[in-house]
Amino acid sequence: MKTISIIGAGPAGIEAASVLAKQGLTVNIFEKSSSPLKNITDKAFLFPNFAAASDVAELMNKKLLNQNIVQHYDTEIVGLEREGERGWKLIDNKNTSHYSDMVLLATGYTPFDAHRKEELGYGIYNGVVTSLEMEKMIRYNQILNSIGEKPKRIVFLQCVGSRDEKSGNHYCSKVCCVTAVKQAIEVKRQIPDAEAYIFYMDLRMWGQHFEEMYRESQQEYGVRFVRGRISEASGTFDGKVQIKAEDTLMGLPLKMTTDLLVLMVGMEASEGTRCLAKAAGICGDYGFAQTIDPHINDCTSSQPGLFVCGACKRPMSINDVVNDGRSAALAILENIK
Amino acid sequence: MSNSFSIFVLPFCAGVLFLLVISVWKYWRWIRGFNKLQRATIRKNIWTWRFLPAIWEAFREGLLHWRITKKNVILGYMHRSLAFGWFLLIVVGAVQAKLAYPDGHPFWIAIFYNYFEPECNPVAFPKAMFYAHLMDALLIYVLSGLTLAMFKKVWSRPLGMKRTTRHTIMDRVAKLALWCIFPMRLLSEGATSAINGNGGFLTKALGDLIKNIGLADPAFEYSCWLLYSIALGTFFCLMPFSRYMHIFTEIFLIYFRQLGVRDNDKKTGYTMFELSACSRCGICIDGCPMNKELGIVNMQGVYMLQSVRNLELQRNAESIAENCLMCDRCVADCPVNINLSIIRRQVRIKNKVAFDEQGTYGYLRNVQPFNAIGRIAYFGGCMSHLTPGITSAMETIFDAVGQKYWYMDKEDTICCGRPLLQQGFEHQAFELRRKNTEMIVNSKATMLVTSCPICYQSFKKEYKLSIPVLHHTEYINMLIESGKLKLRHDDKRVVYHDPCELGRGCGIYDQPRNILKATSTLLKTKEEREHSLCCGFNLGNLLLDIEQQTKIRNASRDNLLAPNPDTIATACPMCKKAFQRAETVPVKDIAEIVAANILADNQ
Repeated sequence: MKTISIIGAGPAGIEAASVLAKQGLTVNIFEKSSSPLKNITDKAFLFPNFAAASDVAELMNKKLLNQNIVQHYDTEIVGLEREGERGWKLIDNKNTSHYSDMVLLATGYTPFDAHRKEELGYGIYNGVVTSLEMEKMIRYNQILNSIGEKPKRIVFLQCVGSRDEKSGNHYCSKVCCVTAVKQAIEVKRQIPDAEAYIFYMDLRMWGQHFEEMYRESQQEYGVRFVRGRISEASGTFDGKVQIKAEDTLMGLPLKMTTDLLVLMVGMEASEGTRCLAKAAGICGDYGFAQTIDPHINDCTSSQPGLFVCGACKRPMSINDVVNDGRSAALAILENIK
Repeated sequence: MSNSFSIFVLPFCAGVLFLLVISVWKYWRWIRGFNKLQRATIRKNIWTWRFLPAIWEAFREGLLHWRITKKNVILGYMHRSLAFGWFLLIVVGAVQAKLAYPDGHPFWIAIFYNYFEPECNPVAFPKAMFYAHLMDALLIYVLSGLTLAMFKKVWSRPLGMKRTTRHTIMDRVAKLALWCIFPMRLLSEGATSAINGNGGFLTKALGDLIKNIGLADPAFEYSCWLLYSIALGTFFCLMPFSRYMHIFTEIFLIYFRQLGVRDNDKKTGYTMFELSACSRCGICIDGCPMNKELGIVNMQGVYMLQSVRNLELQRNAESIAENCLMCDRCVADCPVNINLSIIRRQVRIKNKVAFDEQGTYGYLRNVQPFNAIGRIAYFGGCMSHLTPGITSAMETIFDAVGQKYWYMDKEDTICCGRPLLQQGFEHQAFELRRKNTEMIVNSKATMLVTSCPICYQSFKKEYKLSIPVLHHTEYINMLIESGKLKLRHDDKRVVYHDPCELGRGCGIYDQPRNILKATSTLLKTKEEREHSLCCGFNLGNLLLDIEQQTKIRNASRDNLLAPNPDTIATACPMCKKAFQRAETVPVKDIAEIVAANILADNQ
């Protein structure tokens, strides 16, 4: 019986593992952290239906309960080599080698490090947070400004580290637009008196119900949208954040003081993606993994027996990666027959 | 004593006369073109001892080519042997002629001595033989340099130059004439020796050889001397219109510079001296990051000057002048010390089309004055606003030493004006300078500290402030030296990146290093101080796209990362942002490192 190694226990890897295991294949799934679904469990609710992230994670976790799946946690794969006829050799951080016939790369993304945009003051002013930290605040119903009070105004800034020539990422991270709308709605639900502003370049409401959420956020929740990027943030004496921006629809520069500035950080190829894609020779743009063809062979790589799925290829939403995990499993099954 | 005239000296004499007339005319015109300030400087300093260092520098650079020797010994030897060797040939030749003709002689005798004095040497004057050998030795010295020059044309790397200048036709013809002079001289003297048996060890040997192959013929001798004279005459005629004008011009330039004359934003007579003092050696090309990283080789100092000087090339002057980072690397490398960046800026200013300024400076009116008696003024600068880590670190440091300060551009940021000036917007920059000067003077602040080297250079050189202007590295260094600021020494290994505007621009190299030695372990990099590599994001060039800037940045980053540091330290918000984007080791401004290492019991 063939064995498959899946690197990364995120939604894509788990979905693929469960499909393959059900077909009777032996699946080894490797995860560098101590538990699966890290990037889902630190979220509160998922767009577009505001499903609790914990519920989704629980359902996914159940899929791992299959005797054909062997789970390896705290195991970071650091090396990936082809071993002639025997398929692939994986080397983990404890220097143990794992052999398998085929490998599925599901190493995912990492959020953009907001420190790299120093002008936005992340890590310097306490009132500046990332969208991930905001998600945590929403989850524990603890939306507080830098001095521990309920904020009166929250500003979201889109495209931090995406579509940004200066940080070297020309691509769109796809999920931040709708995430900001989702978070703004959640903020308004938790603190109805707070003002919420979203600074955007253009809003890309590509998915089902996204456009409706966008309209709802304005009509029902009074979220305000400003087209323009924030050029710099500075601290005020009372712990707030002052932002300078340009309203490009009005054609005017503007200054605004806010309790919280939320940076909607984009997605970058994770360290594992970068390193393994490079080791296997399938490195694409911006460190993401490269597939043969984006239309009909999107889970297959140029290396025989090496498959790719999920956000290690490009920024994707959770529902996208789950589907992609399934597609990858199917590609593997087809390859075996 | 034989006669002292022959027709063949005429081309030489004509050349000398032509050169003299043209040079005098040119220099007279340029000196008349000095502006008021430059004239006043000359009048003030002309009767001082400043001519002494000028003579020394002219000897050291014009003849010995000391700065080039420091760059590359062989290249220095090549230039020295041609310049100093030829100079000695003329001087010793003149002495020799003086001895042989105690009653005076026409000036060309020194040049064509062997022809007019073909007697066996001791007959002319005692020790004549010694002079004959000496002249031969000097000729060998010059010819060795010439051989190196020819070798350099084929393969310049052993002489320390990866790239050499692409010369204009005029320069090439002049060079050909120059290259003909010394071999022709040797041949002529050999031909004379073949007939008369005179000359030193070299000419005599060559004379014997010529005799052996049966060319001991007055007609052959005469044509050799004629060709030698024509080569000289041609060279002198071309000299004022070619790169070789630098030979005399450099001496004038050195003299005026020692008198304190400087260039400014408009082309003056002094600029003309600088333009002609460029020897087109092309040393500016190799160090230029635009060449090294991007392979752009049409805009370096030598070509920029060429485009300003040469009427035909002037239509390209603008695009050549614009495409430069203004990192001053070429200024540091230039063996003639020509201020290339100032001349480049002149071209930018001259070619700038006025834009509609309506309302552009409206905001200046709203900036409120501030009474800063008993405080120092702190000017973060526009770029520091994009790196708030630096400004907040400076605020921490001011607080730690109990220094009262006025953060003058915290709210309403006025630019220092230098980015505009560097782009050639002279009047616009002036408006900003006027407002800032007014603010600073009215505030009565006692000192100005700035975090941005661009602003620092501007306040230091372009403003006329009566209070001291310090970059924060100077200020922090002062605090450390006076014992006001006590720092912890951490276990970090840091490298320091010299920002162009601070290092080459203002000569601040030691203060940042002193500070870093006090806080951390400072590592050396291969290219540092005046050879520091530009971070690529200098505001001097607005034509480069981000990928080109990134290439230059990466080269600079690789140099910094070579000693494997924990932190890259710099002292410029622009450089900091550039390296920060590279996602390498942490990039910190010196102020941030200091702020993190202040001892708790500081006061």
